[in-house]
Amino acid sequence: MNFEFHAIYWRDMVKFFRFKSVLFSSLIQPVMWLGFFGLAMSDSFDKLTSLVPDVSGVPVVDYLSYMGAGIIAMDVLFSSLFGGTTLMFDKKFSLLKETLASPVPRSHIILGIGLSGVTKAFIQTFIIIGFGKLIGMNFFKGYTFTETLIAVAGIMLLVAIFTLGFLFLSGTIAITIENPEGMQSILTLLSMPLFFISNALYPIDSFPAFLRFLSMFNPLTLLADGIRYFALGSNFSVMGNHYIYTTADIGISFLGLLFFALVMLSAALWRFDKVDI
Amino acid sequence: MTKNIIEVNNLEHSYGSLKAVDNISFNVKQGEIFSFLGPNGAGKSTVINILTTLRKIQRGEARVNGYDVAKESKSVRRSIGIVFQMLCLDHEMTVAENLEYHGKIYSMPKKERKKRIDELLILTDLENKRNTLAKDLSGGMKRRLELARGLMTKPAVLFLDEPTVGFDIQTRMRMWEYLREIKKEGTTIFLTTHYMEEADQLSDRISIIDHGKIIVTGNADELKNKLGKDLIYLETSNNKIAAEILRSLKAVKSVTEDTKSLRILIGEDVTHVLPQIMEKLRGEGIDITTVNIKKPSMDDVFVHYTGRELREGNEKEKQQGTRIAEVSE
Repeated sequence: MNFEFHAIYWRDMVKFFRFKSVLFSSLIQPVMWLGFFGLAMSDSFDKLTSLVPDVSGVPVVDYLSYMGAGIIAMDVLFSSLFGGTTLMFDKKFSLLKETLASPVPRSHIILGIGLSGVTKAFIQTFIIIGFGKLIGMNFFKGYTFTETLIAVAGIMLLVAIFTLGFLFLSGTIAITIENPEGMQSILTLLSMPLFFISNALYPIDSFPAFLRFLSMFNPLTLLADGIRYFALGSNFSVMGNHYIYTTADIGISFLGLLFFALVMLSAALWRFDKVDI
Repeated sequence: MTKNIIEVNNLEHSYGSLKAVDNISFNVKQGEIFSFLGPNGAGKSTVINILTTLRKIQRGEARVNGYDVAKESKSVRRSIGIVFQMLCLDHEMTVAENLEYHGKIYSMPKKERKKRIDELLILTDLENKRNTLAKDLSGGMKRRLELARGLMTKPAVLFLDEPTVGFDIQTRMRMWEYLREIKKEGTTIFLTTHYMEEADQLSDRISIIDHGKIIVTGNADELKNKLGKDLIYLETSNNKIAAEILRSLKAVKSVTEDTKSLRILIGEDVTHVLPQIMEKLRGEGIDITTVNIKKPSMDDVFVHYTGRELREGNEKEKQQGTRIAEVSE
């Protein structure tokens, strides 16, 4: 077993912590989403839905907590989707040359980048949960310590698989596309449907049937569902919508994300194998 | 006999219909500095890319450090260090970190990495730059850092593709000193260059390569001596007739007509031949306007074998020839 991927990981982390501007913005971004967008939206949503009768006998979850799970999913989506961009610049400025000319298997490059992305995603997830708790997000309400630990571990696992999937996708695009503008526009194009046809920020129950169908296959929906299951419980109501997550639901989320990540991994392996110097 | 560390037989490589490397065979001996000298586009980089397994071999065979580049690319990669033509350092990492990264991707143990980094920073005079970001180094220092990086794993062969291209002469000469130092440590060096002086000053053996073919191989002195003992440049009132006359002289090995001057290779001591030449031409009514004598340089070797000048670097060399007489009317 070789550990060359560790070198790739190490380099990416050194640079992540070195550049305070990147570090700062990637840490502050989730806080801003939650602080500005979250508080603004939750107030309006709560006002709008205050007339909707709650489902009786089911714990009611406020919109901020509902959305908090979505913010984690969304934040992790954006950072991983754009995370592969470094590879494009590495290739452009021939930084990748040294690594590609070494005995390091190509898969290790992908793995190294993937793991550093996961680390960054974890940091962001913790920030959102921590800051969210501060401003009144009710994650893990009524959980015992052990239950909280298990919930956090579950969230981390889902976040990790999700992040890897999108980093592999992003890396595949980065290594295929030559110019930054092209990369930027493809990623923006991709992020639009992913973001809007998902239940990250609002329930999909009132979507048109077609969009609702599509959203079921959206990794972002799968992740948001998974996080809600772990953070909010398996049975709650929000804005008059009754949510019940069964073990099968969470299994589907998990397997769906895993499938997505594996498909993206093979795409990345295929593209990386073809990279010429 | 020293063993061959690089063996290349009947190597051919094409890009579409363009034959970049045309049936090349050569060997590089352990511990020597071997140069590929030729103009841009001669096929030098293609050969280096094949030998370093960056490009798949199309036809022929090549072995580096005993390993087949086609079948044992991993072992080849573990045996070599590369300094690419283009600078490719991570500018956002420090000098030491760049080396550390390289050691890590070659799975060097931590202790060994640390020791090697210390050694190499001393060798390349970058000790006091250890914690400087690569982007803050001068061009020459960046190149030295790349040199250090190429040596990080103590490779059997160090490949350098146009290592000093774009540098001023002082930087270039310092670089040569480092390369000689590295050679002393026992590393074999394979380099490509289109600088005459570089091939001349540095190499144990040189292959002149042009249009994908090796034209001649030998050490610098051998190549130069093959041309003759001395070289005279003459400018006369009638170069064409002068050339005819000179060709009939016994001491003259060859006469080439340039745009303005005649290039005369002679096999005997120039001090005896020159008066003869001048007398003979005067006798035929040809005026000599300029005389310029020098020892054959790599530039002349190149012109001799390829029939044309290497575009860069020849102007200066010509001026370095001793200008002994300028006869005016």
